[in-house]
Amino acid sequence: MRHAFLLSLVMGTTWLVLSGYFIGMILTFGLISIVFVVWMTKRLAILDDETVPYLNIAKTCKYYFWLFIEIVKANIQVVKAVISPNSEISPTLIKIPLRSNIDIAQTMFANSITLTPGTVSVDVKEDHILVHALLKEMSNPEDFYEMHTRSAEALSISLKDN
Amino acid sequence: MPMFLEYFNLGAAFFIIVCMVLMLGRLLGGPTLYDRLLAVNSFGTKTIIFLCIFCFIINRPDGLDIALLYALMNFIATIAVLKFFNYRCLGVPLIKEQMEVEE
Amino acid sequence: MIISTLSAVILDSNIGWAGLLQVSLSCITIALGLFFVLAGSIGVLRFPDFYTRLHAAGMTDTLGAELILIGLIIQSGFTQTSLKLLMIGFFLLLTSPTATHAIAHSAYTANLKPKLGKHSFSKTRGGRS
Repeated sequence: MRHAFLLSLVMGTTWLVLSGYFIGMILTFGLISIVFVVWMTKRLAILDDETVPYLNIAKTCKYYFWLFIEIVKANIQVVKAVISPNSEISPTLIKIPLRSNIDIAQTMFANSITLTPGTVSVDVKEDHILVHALLKEMSNPEDFYEMHTRSAEALSISLKDN
Repeated sequence: MPMFLEYFNLGAAFFIIVCMVLMLGRLLGGPTLYDRLLAVNSFGTKTIIFLCIFCFIINRPDGLDIALLYALMNFIATIAVLKFFNYRCLGVPLIKEQMEVEE
Repeated sequence: MIISTLSAVILDSNIGWAGLLQVSLSCITIALGLFFVLAGSIGVLRFPDFYTRLHAAGMTDTLGAELILIGLIIQSGFTQTSLKLLMIGFFLLLTSPTATHAIAHSAYTANLKPKLGKHSFSKTRGGRS
Protein backbone atom coordinates (compact mmCIF):
# COMPACT_ATOMS: atom_id res chain seq x y z
CA MET A 1 0.00 0.00 0.00
CA ARG A 2 2.88 2.32 0.89
CA HIS A 3 4.51 1.44 -2.43
CA ALA A 4 1.37 2.29 -4.39
CA PHE A 5 0.98 5.60 -2.56
CA LEU A 6 4.62 6.62 -3.15
CA LEU A 7 4.50 5.59 -6.80
CA SER A 8 1.34 7.59 -7.46
CA LEU A 9 2.82 10.57 -5.61
CA VAL A 10 5.92 10.54 -7.83
CA MET A 11 3.87 10.10 -11.00
CA GLY A 12 1.43 12.83 -9.98
CA THR A 13 4.27 15.29 -9.44
CA THR A 14 5.72 14.38 -12.83
CA TRP A 15 2.34 14.90 -14.50
CA LEU A 16 1.83 18.31 -12.89
CA VAL A 17 5.36 19.46 -13.78
CA LEU A 18 5.13 18.34 -17.38
CA SER A 19 1.59 19.49 -18.19
CA GLY A 20 1.32 22.73 -16.20
CA TYR A 21 -2.45 22.97 -16.76
CA PHE A 22 -4.81 22.90 -13.81
CA ILE A 23 -8.04 22.34 -15.75
CA GLY A 24 -10.50 19.74 -14.54
CA MET A 25 -10.38 17.59 -17.67
CA ILE A 26 -6.56 17.37 -17.85
CA LEU A 27 -6.34 16.54 -14.14
CA THR A 28 -8.93 13.80 -14.63
CA PHE A 29 -6.87 12.32 -17.46
CA GLY A 30 -3.83 12.37 -15.17
CA LEU A 31 -5.73 10.63 -12.39
CA ILE A 32 -6.95 7.93 -14.79
CA SER A 33 -3.39 7.37 -16.11
CA ILE A 34 -1.94 7.11 -12.60
CA VAL A 35 -4.54 4.61 -11.46
CA PHE A 36 -4.03 2.58 -14.64
CA VAL A 37 -0.24 2.48 -14.23
CA VAL A 38 -0.43 1.51 -10.56
CA TRP A 39 -2.92 -1.24 -11.43
CA MET A 40 -0.63 -2.53 -14.19
CA THR A 41 2.37 -2.48 -11.85
CA LYS A 42 0.44 -4.46 -9.28
CA ARG A 43 -0.70 -6.94 -11.92
CA LEU A 44 2.90 -7.42 -13.08
CA ALA A 45 3.82 -8.12 -9.41
CA ILE A 46 6.71 -5.64 -9.46
CA LEU A 47 5.26 -3.27 -6.88
CA ASP A 48 8.01 -3.83 -4.31
CA ASP A 49 11.15 -2.29 -2.85
CA GLU A 50 12.97 -2.57 -6.16
CA THR A 51 10.52 -0.46 -8.15
CA VAL A 52 9.86 2.02 -5.36
CA PRO A 53 13.05 2.12 -3.29
CA TYR A 54 12.74 3.71 0.12
CA LEU A 55 15.19 6.63 0.23
CA ASN A 56 15.74 8.88 3.19
CA ILE A 57 15.54 12.21 1.38
CA ALA A 58 17.61 14.22 3.89
CA LYS A 59 20.41 11.65 3.96
CA THR A 60 20.40 11.27 0.16
CA CYS A 61 20.57 15.03 -0.36
CA LYS A 62 23.45 15.25 2.12
CA TYR A 63 25.29 12.53 0.24
CA TYR A 64 24.73 14.14 -3.15
CA PHE A 65 25.91 17.48 -1.78
CA TRP A 66 29.14 15.82 -0.65
CA LEU A 67 29.43 14.09 -4.02
CA PHE A 68 28.95 17.41 -5.83
CA ILE A 69 31.95 18.87 -4.02
CA GLU A 70 34.01 15.81 -4.93
CA ILE A 71 32.89 16.18 -8.56
CA VAL A 72 34.01 19.81 -8.63
CA LYS A 73 37.43 18.91 -7.19
CA ALA A 74 37.92 16.07 -9.69
CA ASN A 75 36.76 18.30 -12.56
CA ILE A 76 39.43 20.86 -11.80
CA GLN A 77 42.11 18.16 -11.87
CA VAL A 78 40.89 16.79 -15.20
CA VAL A 79 40.64 20.28 -16.71
CA LYS A 80 44.26 20.88 -15.73
CA ALA A 81 45.28 17.64 -17.44
CA VAL A 82 43.35 18.59 -20.59
CA ILE A 83 44.43 22.19 -20.98
CA SER A 84 48.10 22.25 -19.99
CA PRO A 85 50.32 21.57 -23.03
CA ASN A 86 52.49 18.45 -22.82
CA SER A 87 50.68 17.29 -19.72
CA GLU A 88 51.45 13.90 -18.28
CA ILE A 89 48.73 11.41 -17.53
CA SER A 90 49.12 8.13 -15.68
CA PRO A 91 46.11 5.87 -16.31
CA THR A 92 45.70 3.05 -13.81
CA LEU A 93 43.39 0.09 -13.41
CA ILE A 94 42.55 -0.71 -9.80
CA LYS A 95 40.30 -3.26 -8.10
CA ILE A 96 38.08 -1.80 -5.40
CA PRO A 97 36.58 -4.41 -3.03
CA LEU A 98 32.81 -4.29 -2.59
CA ARG A 99 31.63 -4.57 0.99
CA SER A 100 27.98 -5.25 0.33
CA ASN A 101 26.04 -7.58 -1.91
CA ILE A 102 22.81 -5.58 -1.94
CA ASP A 103 22.03 -4.38 -5.46
CA ILE A 104 21.16 -0.78 -4.74
CA ALA A 105 24.27 -0.17 -2.64
CA GLN A 106 26.47 -1.55 -5.43
CA THR A 107 24.63 0.49 -8.07
CA MET A 108 24.89 3.73 -6.11
CA PHE A 109 28.60 3.18 -5.46
CA ALA A 110 29.41 2.34 -9.10
CA ASN A 111 27.29 5.29 -10.29
CA SER A 112 29.10 7.66 -7.96
CA ILE A 113 32.47 6.42 -9.21
CA THR A 114 31.47 6.97 -12.83
CA LEU A 115 29.89 10.34 -12.08
CA THR A 116 33.19 11.62 -10.71
CA PRO A 117 35.28 12.60 -13.74
CA GLY A 118 38.66 10.91 -13.77
CA THR A 119 37.35 7.57 -12.53
CA VAL A 120 35.17 5.19 -14.53
CA SER A 121 33.89 1.86 -13.27
CA VAL A 122 34.74 -0.54 -16.07
CA ASP A 123 33.57 -3.86 -14.69
CA VAL A 124 31.37 -4.84 -11.75
CA LYS A 125 31.87 -8.34 -10.35
CA GLU A 126 30.58 -10.14 -7.27
CA ASP A 127 33.15 -8.82 -4.85
CA HIS A 128 35.02 -6.02 -6.57
CA ILE A 129 34.71 -3.14 -9.03
CA LEU A 130 37.37 -2.59 -11.68
CA VAL A 131 38.05 1.13 -11.86
CA HIS A 132 39.97 2.99 -14.54
CA ALA A 133 41.51 6.20 -13.22
CA LEU A 134 42.99 8.97 -15.33
CA LEU A 135 45.66 10.05 -12.85
CA LYS A 136 47.59 7.99 -10.35
CA GLU A 137 46.59 10.18 -7.43
CA MET A 138 42.90 9.64 -8.19
CA SER A 139 43.19 5.88 -7.64
CA ASN A 140 43.66 6.16 -3.90
CA PRO A 141 41.80 3.26 -2.18
CA GLU A 142 41.04 5.32 0.93
CA ASP A 143 38.95 7.79 -1.10
CA PHE A 144 36.89 4.95 -2.56
CA TYR A 145 36.53 3.48 0.94
CA GLU A 146 35.10 6.76 2.17
CA MET A 147 32.78 7.06 -0.82
CA HIS A 148 31.49 3.54 -0.29
CA THR A 149 30.87 4.20 3.40
CA ARG A 150 29.02 7.43 2.72
CA SER A 151 26.87 6.02 -0.09
CA ALA A 152 25.84 3.10 2.14
CA GLU A 153 25.09 5.54 4.94
CA ALA A 154 22.74 7.46 2.64
CA LEU A 155 20.81 4.25 1.96
CA SER A 156 20.93 3.15 5.63
CA ILE A 157 22.75 -0.08 4.76
CA SER A 158 25.44 -1.48 7.02
CA LEU A 159 28.67 -2.65 5.39
CA LYS A 160 30.90 -5.60 6.11
CA ASP A 161 34.41 -4.77 7.25
CA ASN A 162 37.35 -6.48 5.67
CA MET B 1 13.79 39.78 -20.66
CA PRO B 2 16.68 42.24 -20.76
CA MET B 3 18.39 42.75 -24.11
CA PHE B 4 21.79 41.73 -22.82
CA LEU B 5 20.64 38.23 -21.83
CA GLU B 6 19.31 37.58 -25.32
CA TYR B 7 22.70 38.30 -26.86
CA PHE B 8 24.39 36.25 -24.16
CA ASN B 9 22.16 33.27 -24.84
CA LEU B 10 22.79 33.60 -28.56
CA GLY B 11 26.54 33.57 -27.94
CA ALA B 12 26.22 30.53 -25.67
CA ALA B 13 24.27 28.67 -28.36
CA PHE B 14 26.99 29.39 -30.95
CA PHE B 15 29.61 28.25 -28.46
CA ILE B 16 27.79 24.94 -28.02
CA ILE B 17 27.65 24.54 -31.81
CA VAL B 18 31.43 25.01 -31.98
CA CYS B 19 31.84 22.28 -29.35
CA MET B 20 29.54 20.01 -31.36
CA VAL B 21 31.70 20.54 -34.46
CA LEU B 22 34.79 19.61 -32.41
CA MET B 23 33.00 16.45 -31.34
CA LEU B 24 32.29 15.64 -35.00
CA GLY B 25 36.06 15.39 -35.48
CA ARG B 26 36.24 12.52 -33.01
CA LEU B 27 33.12 10.99 -34.54
CA LEU B 28 34.67 10.88 -38.01
CA GLY B 29 38.24 10.05 -36.97
CA GLY B 30 37.73 7.70 -34.05
CA PRO B 31 39.79 4.54 -34.49
CA THR B 32 37.37 2.16 -32.79
CA LEU B 33 33.62 1.79 -32.70
CA TYR B 34 33.55 2.77 -29.03
CA ASP B 35 35.22 6.10 -29.71
CA ARG B 36 32.52 6.92 -32.20
CA LEU B 37 29.80 5.80 -29.83
CA LEU B 38 31.26 7.98 -27.08
CA ALA B 39 31.30 10.90 -29.49
CA VAL B 40 27.65 10.30 -30.41
CA ASN B 41 26.66 10.18 -26.75
CA SER B 42 28.54 13.37 -25.95
CA PHE B 43 27.09 15.02 -29.06
CA GLY B 44 23.62 14.15 -27.79
CA THR B 45 24.30 15.74 -24.41
CA LYS B 46 25.42 18.91 -26.15
CA THR B 47 22.28 18.83 -28.29
CA ILE B 48 20.16 18.73 -25.14
CA ILE B 49 21.95 21.79 -23.75
CA PHE B 50 21.60 23.54 -27.10
CA LEU B 51 17.86 22.86 -27.20
CA CYS B 52 17.45 24.24 -23.66
CA ILE B 53 19.26 27.45 -24.57
CA PHE B 54 17.39 27.69 -27.88
CA CYS B 55 14.05 27.60 -26.04
CA PHE B 56 15.19 30.60 -24.05
CA ILE B 57 16.26 32.43 -27.21
CA ILE B 58 12.95 32.03 -29.01
CA ASN B 59 11.16 32.53 -25.66
CA ARG B 60 8.96 29.45 -25.93
CA PRO B 61 9.45 27.14 -22.95
CA ASP B 62 7.33 24.38 -24.53
CA GLY B 63 10.43 23.25 -26.40
CA LEU B 64 11.92 21.89 -23.18
CA ASP B 65 9.73 18.83 -23.62
CA ILE B 66 11.69 18.10 -26.79
CA ALA B 67 14.94 18.38 -24.82
CA LEU B 68 13.63 15.92 -22.24
CA LEU B 69 12.58 13.56 -25.02
CA TYR B 70 16.00 13.92 -26.63
CA ALA B 71 17.67 12.97 -23.35
CA LEU B 72 15.59 9.79 -23.23
CA MET B 73 16.25 8.99 -26.89
CA ASN B 74 19.99 9.59 -26.54
CA PHE B 75 20.29 7.15 -23.65
CA ILE B 76 18.16 4.47 -25.26
CA ALA B 77 19.94 4.81 -28.63
CA THR B 78 23.37 4.38 -27.01
CA ILE B 79 22.29 1.29 -25.11
CA ALA B 80 20.55 -0.18 -28.18
CA VAL B 81 23.58 0.24 -30.47
CA LEU B 82 25.88 -1.25 -27.82
CA LYS B 83 23.61 -4.22 -27.35
CA PHE B 84 23.36 -4.78 -31.09
CA PHE B 85 27.11 -4.80 -31.53
CA ASN B 86 27.66 -6.95 -28.45
CA TYR B 87 25.40 -9.80 -29.43
CA ARG B 88 25.47 -9.89 -33.25
CA CYS B 89 28.64 -8.35 -34.54
CA LEU B 90 27.75 -8.79 -38.24
CA GLY B 91 30.82 -10.98 -38.76
CA VAL B 92 33.06 -7.95 -38.71
CA PRO B 93 35.69 -7.57 -36.00
CA LEU B 94 35.07 -4.42 -34.04
CA ILE B 95 38.64 -3.61 -33.06
CA LYS B 96 41.87 -3.73 -35.02
CA GLU B 97 43.81 -5.74 -32.41
CA GLN B 98 41.15 -8.41 -32.41
CA MET B 99 41.47 -8.68 -36.19
CA GLU B 100 45.22 -9.12 -35.96
CA VAL B 101 44.86 -11.87 -33.35
CA GLU B 102 42.43 -13.75 -35.53
CA GLU B 103 44.58 -13.49 -38.59
CA MET C 1 21.44 55.29 -8.37
CA ILE C 2 24.64 54.27 -10.16
CA ILE C 3 23.44 50.71 -10.37
CA SER C 4 20.13 51.71 -11.90
CA THR C 5 21.80 53.89 -14.56
CA LEU C 6 24.34 51.13 -15.24
CA SER C 7 21.60 48.57 -15.62
CA ALA C 8 19.62 50.96 -17.79
CA VAL C 9 22.58 51.44 -20.11
CA ILE C 10 23.85 47.85 -20.27
CA LEU C 11 20.67 45.86 -19.88
CA ASP C 12 18.34 48.22 -21.78
CA SER C 13 15.69 48.10 -19.08
CA ASN C 14 15.37 49.34 -15.54
CA ILE C 15 15.82 46.40 -13.22
CA GLY C 16 16.73 46.69 -9.58
CA TRP C 17 19.37 45.10 -7.41
CA ALA C 18 17.69 41.70 -7.46
CA GLY C 19 17.42 41.67 -11.25
CA LEU C 20 21.03 42.65 -11.75
CA LEU C 21 22.15 39.98 -9.28
CA GLN C 22 20.01 37.38 -11.07
CA VAL C 23 21.35 38.28 -14.51
CA SER C 24 25.00 38.40 -13.46
CA LEU C 25 24.77 35.16 -11.45
CA SER C 26 23.17 33.30 -14.34
CA CYS C 27 25.72 34.68 -16.81
CA ILE C 28 28.65 33.61 -14.61
CA THR C 29 27.21 30.12 -14.12
CA ILE C 30 26.51 29.62 -17.82
CA ALA C 31 29.97 30.89 -18.77
CA LEU C 32 31.60 28.43 -16.34
CA GLY C 33 29.50 25.62 -17.75
CA LEU C 34 30.48 26.57 -21.30
CA PHE C 35 34.14 26.48 -20.26
CA PHE C 36 33.74 22.94 -18.94
CA VAL C 37 31.90 21.84 -22.09
CA LEU C 38 34.69 23.23 -24.29
CA ALA C 39 37.35 21.59 -22.09
CA GLY C 40 35.52 18.27 -22.39
CA SER C 41 35.36 18.55 -26.20
CA ILE C 42 39.06 19.39 -26.44
CA GLY C 43 39.84 16.52 -24.09
CA VAL C 44 37.93 14.05 -26.25
CA LEU C 45 39.97 15.24 -29.25
CA ARG C 46 43.33 15.33 -27.47
CA PHE C 47 43.54 12.31 -25.19
CA PRO C 48 45.51 9.38 -26.57
CA ASP C 49 43.33 6.34 -26.01
CA PHE C 50 39.69 5.37 -25.58
CA TYR C 51 39.55 4.98 -21.80
CA THR C 52 41.09 8.38 -21.16
CA ARG C 53 38.63 9.97 -23.57
CA LEU C 54 35.81 8.62 -21.41
CA HIS C 55 36.95 10.86 -18.57
CA ALA C 56 36.85 13.97 -20.74
CA ALA C 57 33.35 13.11 -21.94
CA GLY C 58 32.25 12.57 -18.34
CA MET C 59 33.38 16.09 -17.53
CA THR C 60 31.01 17.52 -20.16
CA ASP C 61 28.17 15.35 -18.93
CA THR C 62 28.39 16.25 -15.26
CA LEU C 63 29.61 19.73 -14.44
CA GLY C 64 29.26 21.34 -17.89
CA ALA C 65 25.63 20.41 -18.49
CA GLU C 66 24.57 20.85 -14.87
CA LEU C 67 26.09 24.32 -14.56
CA ILE C 68 24.42 25.51 -17.76
CA LEU C 69 21.07 24.12 -16.61
CA ILE C 70 21.49 25.79 -13.20
CA GLY C 71 22.26 29.07 -14.96
CA LEU C 72 19.09 28.75 -17.05
CA ILE C 73 17.10 27.97 -13.89
CA ILE C 74 18.41 31.16 -12.28
CA GLN C 75 17.51 33.04 -15.46
CA SER C 76 13.91 31.83 -15.53
CA GLY C 77 13.12 32.22 -11.84
CA PHE C 78 10.68 29.88 -10.12
CA THR C 79 8.26 28.81 -12.84
CA GLN C 80 7.19 25.63 -14.59
CA THR C 81 10.16 26.09 -16.92
CA SER C 82 12.66 25.85 -14.08
CA LEU C 83 10.98 22.69 -12.79
CA LYS C 84 11.30 21.15 -16.26
CA LEU C 85 14.96 22.15 -16.43
CA LEU C 86 15.48 20.57 -13.00
CA MET C 87 13.90 17.39 -14.35
CA ILE C 88 16.23 17.36 -17.37
CA GLY C 89 19.22 17.88 -15.06
CA PHE C 90 18.12 15.05 -12.78
CA PHE C 91 17.64 12.77 -15.77
CA LEU C 92 21.10 13.60 -17.16
CA LEU C 93 22.63 12.94 -13.75
CA LEU C 94 20.93 9.55 -13.70
CA THR C 95 21.57 8.35 -17.25
CA SER C 96 24.99 9.68 -18.22
CA PRO C 97 27.00 7.48 -15.80
CA THR C 98 24.96 4.49 -16.91
CA ALA C 99 25.70 5.13 -20.58
CA THR C 100 29.39 5.75 -19.84
CA HIS C 101 29.63 2.54 -17.85
CA ALA C 102 27.86 0.60 -20.61
CA ILE C 103 30.29 1.85 -23.26
CA ALA C 104 33.33 1.21 -21.04
CA HIS C 105 32.12 -2.25 -20.07
CA SER C 106 31.44 -3.40 -23.61
CA ALA C 107 34.82 -2.05 -24.75
CA TYR C 108 36.45 -3.98 -21.92
CA THR C 109 34.65 -7.21 -22.73
CA ALA C 110 35.64 -6.77 -26.40
CA ASN C 111 39.31 -6.89 -25.28
CA LEU C 112 40.17 -3.28 -25.94
CA LYS C 113 43.27 -2.93 -23.81
CA PRO C 114 43.81 0.33 -21.94
CA LYS C 115 47.16 2.04 -22.28
CA LEU C 116 48.51 2.09 -18.74
CA GLY C 117 51.46 3.72 -17.03
CA LYS C 118 52.74 7.26 -16.92
CA HIS C 119 53.09 8.96 -20.29
CA SER C 120 52.75 12.38 -21.81
CA PHE C 121 50.98 13.30 -25.03
CA SER C 122 51.83 15.95 -27.54
CA LYS C 123 49.68 18.87 -28.63
CA THR C 124 48.68 17.17 -31.88
CA ARG C 125 45.38 15.42 -32.18
CA GLY C 126 45.22 12.15 -30.23
CA GLY C 127 46.92 9.54 -32.35
CA ARG C 128 45.35 6.34 -33.48
CA SER C 129 45.79 3.67 -30.86
